Amino acid sequence: MFKVFFAEWRKLRRPTLFFGTFAAALFFNGLITSFVYIMIDSPDGNSDRGRSVGREVLNLAGGSVYGFSSIGGLLGIIILCVFAAQTAQEYTYGTLRNLLLRQPRRLLLLAGKYAAMKTFALLLILINAVISIAISYYLSDRAKVSTDLWFTSAGWSAIGHTILNVYISVVFYAVIGITLGILLKSPISSISIALVWILILENLIGAVKPVTLKWMPGNQFSTIAQGGSLDISYSHALTLGSVFVVVALALSSFIFVKRDVAN
Amino acid sequence: MTTLAIEVSGLTKQYDNLTAVKGATFSVPRGIICGFVGPNGAGKTTTIRMLLGLISPTSGSARVLGESVSDPEKYLAYVGALIEGPAFYPALSGSENLRVLATMGGFPINRVEELITLVGLGGRGGDKYKTYSLGMKQRLGIAAALLPNPALLILDEPTNGLDPEGIQEVRDLLKKLASEGTTVFVSSHLLSEIEIISEHLVMLRKGEVVFAGPIEELLLNQKPMIIVRTEREEDLQKVTELAIADGHRASIRSGEAHIEGPHEWAATLNKKAFAAGITLAQLTPTLPNLEETFFEMTGGK
Repeated sequence: MFKVFFAEWRKLRRPTLFFGTFAAALFFNGLITSFVYIMIDSPDGNSDRGRSVGREVLNLAGGSVYGFSSIGGLLGIIILCVFAAQTAQEYTYGTLRNLLLRQPRRLLLLAGKYAAMKTFALLLILINAVISIAISYYLSDRAKVSTDLWFTSAGWSAIGHTILNVYISVVFYAVIGITLGILLKSPISSISIALVWILILENLIGAVKPVTLKWMPGNQFSTIAQGGSLDISYSHALTLGSVFVVVALALSSFIFVKRDVAN
Repeated sequence: MTTLAIEVSGLTKQYDNLTAVKGATFSVPRGIICGFVGPNGAGKTTTIRMLLGLISPTSGSARVLGESVSDPEKYLAYVGALIEGPAFYPALSGSENLRVLATMGGFPINRVEELITLVGLGGRGGDKYKTYSLGMKQRLGIAAALLPNPALLILDEPTNGLDPEGIQEVRDLLKKLASEGTTVFVSSHLLSEIEIISEHLVMLRKGEVVFAGPIEELLLNQKPMIIVRTEREEDLQKVTELAIADGHRASIRSGEAHIEGPHEWAATLNKKAFAAGITLAQLTPTLPNLEETFFEMTGGK
């Protein structure tokens, strides 16, 4: 599996993909984290869906990673798109047949791809966490937010928990991306179906019938990143999200192993 | 160790309403160049994909280097292949594309630059694959196939897109590899190429093997031909009718009548044509080449 892992990294580290993905993630990270502090007194809110997050929340031990946890879902969607495209391209370029010649054990090949994806996601998250915390710290003075508790043991614990939750969320998104790539064998179809579902349909259905949000995959993954929400508990999101991911893993593995490679 | 590089028995691949390969049975001895020919859609690529474990046979069996195709991990480390044209990542350089495959297969990375030079891409290995010409892509595909230092090399149309010099280079390379003990199984639509380099041949038609064995054996079994050109092209049809009336098989291909018959019958045909008011521009008794035989056996024109 290590051979597959390192071979995958040769593809992932190419500058346009690597720096493009990181630049996109850092751009949204900077934007959203700054927004929380710059718009802290705005009557229109400073957080997701117009919610207001006051100083009393940001002053807490977990205040340093509030911005970061807010972008967890977005990082997940970026990673989903990257890995859906990466996976589907193996079919459209016909490169999968080359890979299978060099690693005919298909499950091992898939496991290596997942391992490479997980390290890519981890790197993306760690860098974004550092940048988000740095931006938060820099803007805290201006927003009159106290950072006294941010770097206490409770603060570090909150940072660790948030990074873990965002990581789980992002990996879950990536598994869905890889599964769609394998199922649909087309980057455009995989990405567009994922985005339409997560960004539009889930929200539309949720707006009409809010109770359904408790069962939607995208909503569970975002909730995991935030460590739970008022409407959905962390344990519910983690359990249901895991079920979605296990089903996706089983489906993608079965199809990847059994399907003829005819292109 | 088996003396056969490839052993196929009753191999069949059935898609919904289409049988791509129907009970194919043939074998390829080790250390030779074996041509694999057939019209478009005859099932060549499907057969190759089954041999490489990319698609599963519906029925039948096949062994590659003595191992069953149901366990491709047992033999693919010794097999190099170029299937249906080169396929690489456009945004990576030629060399990096090979490094991906070398890393995946556990082959020495320093072999990449050797192969880049061997296939004539020296100096261009660092360029992105998407900037390569068709011929360069094909060369990179051949380099990828050579990565494992293969005991068996399976090439699907390796000379596609190559200029005459490139074709000659590939021909020489394949001969050199075969002389060093590599078995080469090569499909090509350039039958003259196959005839020049191959000792052995597998011929497919509509998914079925119509011949498998030494090329010499195939050609020796073919009847001699007489190639006829007429001064006026419209007379070709009359010439074939004269031949058929005399009990000879005849057809028109590329502005020539191809008539099966012994060389001595050429004089008779000449007289009959003269009597019918046809002026012959060419009357050449010949032994059939692979192309003639191919058309004969696959029913093409």
